[in-house]
Amino acid sequence: MSDTARTTPSTAADAVLERYEAVIGIEIHCQLRTNSKMFCGCSTAYDGAAPNTHNCPVCLGLPGALPVINRQAVEYVIATGLAISAQIPERTQWERKNYFYPDLPKGYQISQYAIPLAANGLLPIETSAGPFVVEITRAHLEEDTAKLVHGEGSGADRTTLVDFNRSGAPLMEVVTEPTIRTGEQARRYAEELQLLLRAIGVSDADMERGQMRVEANVSLRPRGTEPFGTRVEVKNMNSFRSVERAIAYEIERQGHALDNGEPLVMETRGWDDGRQLTYRMRAKETSDDYRYFPEPDLPPLRVDAGWVAAVRASLPELPSARRARYVALGLGSYDAAVITADPTMLTAFDAISAAESAPAKEVANFVTGAHAKALKAGDANAAGTAGASTPAGIAVLLGAIASGTVTRQVGRELLDRHIADGTQAADLLADAGPSPISDDAALLGHIEAVIAANPRAVADYQAGKPVAGFLTGQVMKATGGAADAARVTTLVRERLDREG
Amino acid sequence: MSPMTPDAADALTELHAHDMAGALRAGIVSARELAAAHLARTHRTDQGLHAWLSIDDERALAEADAADARLSAARAAGPDALAALHPMHGVPVALKDLVSIRGGQATAGSRILEGYIAPYDAHITERLRAAGAVILGKTNMDEFAMGSSTEHSAYGPTANPWDLGRVPGGSSGGSAAAVAAFQTPVSIGTDTGGSIRQPASMCGVTGMRPTYGRVSRYGIVAFASSLDQVGPFGRDARDAAALLHAVAGRDERDSTSAPIAVPDDLISLPAGDDEAAGWLRGKRFGIPAEYFPAGMDAGVDARIREAIAALEAAGAVVEPVSLPHTEYALAAYYIVAPAEASSNLARYDGVRFGHSIRGGSDYLSNYLATRGGGFGPEVKRRIMLGTYALSAGYYDAFYLKALKVRTLIKRDFDLLWEQGFDALVAPTAPSVAFKFGAKTADPVEMYLADACTLPVNMAGLPGITTPCGLSDGLPVGLQFIGAPWSEAALFRAARAYEGVTAGAEWRSMRPHDLAALEDPAVPTPAERAARH
Ligand SMILES: [Zn+2]
Repeated sequence: MSDTARTTPSTAADAVLERYEAVIGIEIHCQLRTNSKMFCGCSTAYDGAAPNTHNCPVCLGLPGALPVINRQAVEYVIATGLAISAQIPERTQWERKNYFYPDLPKGYQISQYAIPLAANGLLPIETSAGPFVVEITRAHLEEDTAKLVHGEGSGADRTTLVDFNRSGAPLMEVVTEPTIRTGEQARRYAEELQLLLRAIGVSDADMERGQMRVEANVSLRPRGTEPFGTRVEVKNMNSFRSVERAIAYEIERQGHALDNGEPLVMETRGWDDGRQLTYRMRAKETSDDYRYFPEPDLPPLRVDAGWVAAVRASLPELPSARRARYVALGLGSYDAAVITADPTMLTAFDAISAAESAPAKEVANFVTGAHAKALKAGDANAAGTAGASTPAGIAVLLGAIASGTVTRQVGRELLDRHIADGTQAADLLADAGPSPISDDAALLGHIEAVIAANPRAVADYQAGKPVAGFLTGQVMKATGGAADAARVTTLVRERLDREG
Repeated sequence: MSPMTPDAADALTELHAHDMAGALRAGIVSARELAAAHLARTHRTDQGLHAWLSIDDERALAEADAADARLSAARAAGPDALAALHPMHGVPVALKDLVSIRGGQATAGSRILEGYIAPYDAHITERLRAAGAVILGKTNMDEFAMGSSTEHSAYGPTANPWDLGRVPGGSSGGSAAAVAAFQTPVSIGTDTGGSIRQPASMCGVTGMRPTYGRVSRYGIVAFASSLDQVGPFGRDARDAAALLHAVAGRDERDSTSAPIAVPDDLISLPAGDDEAAGWLRGKRFGIPAEYFPAGMDAGVDARIREAIAALEAAGAVVEPVSLPHTEYALAAYYIVAPAEASSNLARYDGVRFGHSIRGGSDYLSNYLATRGGGFGPEVKRRIMLGTYALSAGYYDAFYLKALKVRTLIKRDFDLLWEQGFDALVAPTAPSVAFKFGAKTADPVEMYLADACTLPVNMAGLPGITTPCGLSDGLPVGLQFIGAPWSEAALFRAARAYEGVTAGAEWRSMRPHDLAALEDPAVPTPAERAARH
């Protein structure tokens, strides 16, 4: 959507991309919006809770504890898979990914390796260079780790505390093919995936809160060649903007290294948002051996066609379909994208336009403009609009503005009153008095009177001073506000120019 | 009831659990008296046996008092209420020290779990409480159930009450020895490769490994998840069956526990020997040739063949059968079990509980110190075996191949069930109880002690062992192996064999060294083992 508002991607990276092709794959971990954790009944509402208060033997990895699959989490990944047109297998299984780290209580993470819950998906996106389709290799389920809190000191004095509240929370990992070519594509993909996950309600996907974690694998190869270059993994990108910038930085860094014949190494680099650069976190001389094997504590999971069909039937309208529908209603693609990206805007837009009392464009302008401000000032009401207003009432008032029954200015005042106290739109329109004077002849009568009464202002106008507004105001006063100010200004100018 | 004399109290320990059930309901004895008698005997006789790692008198007596209160209430409510009480109500029981009891230890025989107090009850602990059983304490075992002699316990070995210079088998050696030595009428063990059946055989008691999925593993310290099963020990089939009935059944917290009803047959096995023996008429048993290898003890071979003849004489049809993939079972088992164990034991890192060495320069040095000092040599050996088998480049050649062998082993059995066999009959162990130290130097020798039991685990099947006489004065066990969920039939078979051999002279024999255990100066098993 808001491509125009973005900072331009590194031009240095663009220069590199004239000689090299970037090969970019994105891995995104999303926390799912389940009530309980992936393999136990502990609540996932641990945000802001005291450390180690949302735990049980299972998510603490105590001896004898066993996992039980969270069906809701499975459904969320199936829903995601369906939303990206992926294949859902009839049978999936769980594997253990074995490694030692203090944030991993069992010494292994239960994940999916051989058979992901969703495979071979697609996500179309719009970029400044046109449409692009991101190929998604897989989406699978796994469990989150605990959180380490490092204390002061070093060496033997260094202490690290472990908060297991997050341990065992459900995570969905979504992996793309390495067919992304620019930082912008990567950013747009992450934005579109976030929008999709929020639209289908499976994840809040807030990057700053760690609910959506983006990692990029970036390598370069000379244009026209096939073999992959040395791959670098980039982490710690905490915003969409940093995704685009970190990748642009890597493209630039790797390009210069290749140009200068400097060797690149397989490594994991972190994005430093303050310094706007990536730094080495650890070298990857050997690939990690996680010793994956089927999780013996969980039988394979059957995903029968009926279950998939039920999930498919429960999917809401997807963002891409919504944008297409809005464009068909007469909105521009920019407005369609802006409204689709904002849950309160799209709720209000759908509710108001459902009344069919106002043109879609008028509704869109209201929803993205004045109404957005009103919504920000106070929470949306149950109908999805602001204050005491009803979608039908707003629609009637917008219709009155669009048809010229009231002036835009009066209409806005009526809308404000409707929002503030819920006065019926019909009453407001009745009280607004007669329809605005749309007859130019009648207006010209008022204009002539004002010009006659203000010779000084007329002289100033002829001298090039900005007094058209003053004269317009005098005319509006004379009509008791029952005129379209814009039309009056035009007529005043025409009249005075003729004079001159 | 008037207080009992010490001798009269000790006589209570001779009772079978099913006798206790009758006496409790009749008001002849109280649960407290039963618990107190067994606790007294255990405290008196365990120095030379070391079957127990912890005994909790206070908790046991409190549970016994609660059981007595429920008994009184039921008695007042009438015969239906009394009949509704589980046969295990008021009966003392011992748990292998890998079963979680809230507020109690669960060492799994390892230093690395020293100091760990379980904050929750295992499913079977809950079930036992619900049934009204009285938990006396926790029994000794090979570290993390890895072993066949209980010599791999970090807390010292257990002796065999038939010969205090010999092992009780393992890994549930403490549970088997405690039942054999009348310290408890029944006990709980786990069987991953034979760890219930083999020690039951060597201690002359009855033990069953149920079908995989019959008993919840929730709260049981894991060794090898796809092979572990909880099962009962008793001094006869009826007692072991009643205990299984109390703990079996679906548990939502164990996804591998099966939603299959627990048969009430388990608590209504025939009391009469003739009635029990009558079950054998027309039953068809297969005798797998592969379970009688060239190296097995001649005495064991003789006892098993006599037992088979006795079954035949009682009207059973006996046919030789073949399980051709048996010879690969041991090798495949020693890939699958260590692979799962290497992962299951990764959680013992000293971060959250138990043995923990800190103060190293980084977390890795703390791990190495904690695990290096906390695990014994056999556990380390299996962790290394399993880690190797799962490593990149070896996974297909070892782990995947072992899984394929496992499928073939299972198919061998399936073909026989399809042919209508009621059960297979085989020795439980290829030898009688061996002396301390006899097999500790050669791990593979020790592994072979499970050769007749571990194929059953690989196939997920139930198996039962029942005493069938002595060889060189030491117990021999007769194993019945059944199709999945055939526990009731296996208990009927074992009960029938008890009926057939009710008059046999060996049936009246008691473990030879029970008297020696009464000696306050008796050497501990660790002291005896040190001499070897
Ligand atoms: Zn939990």
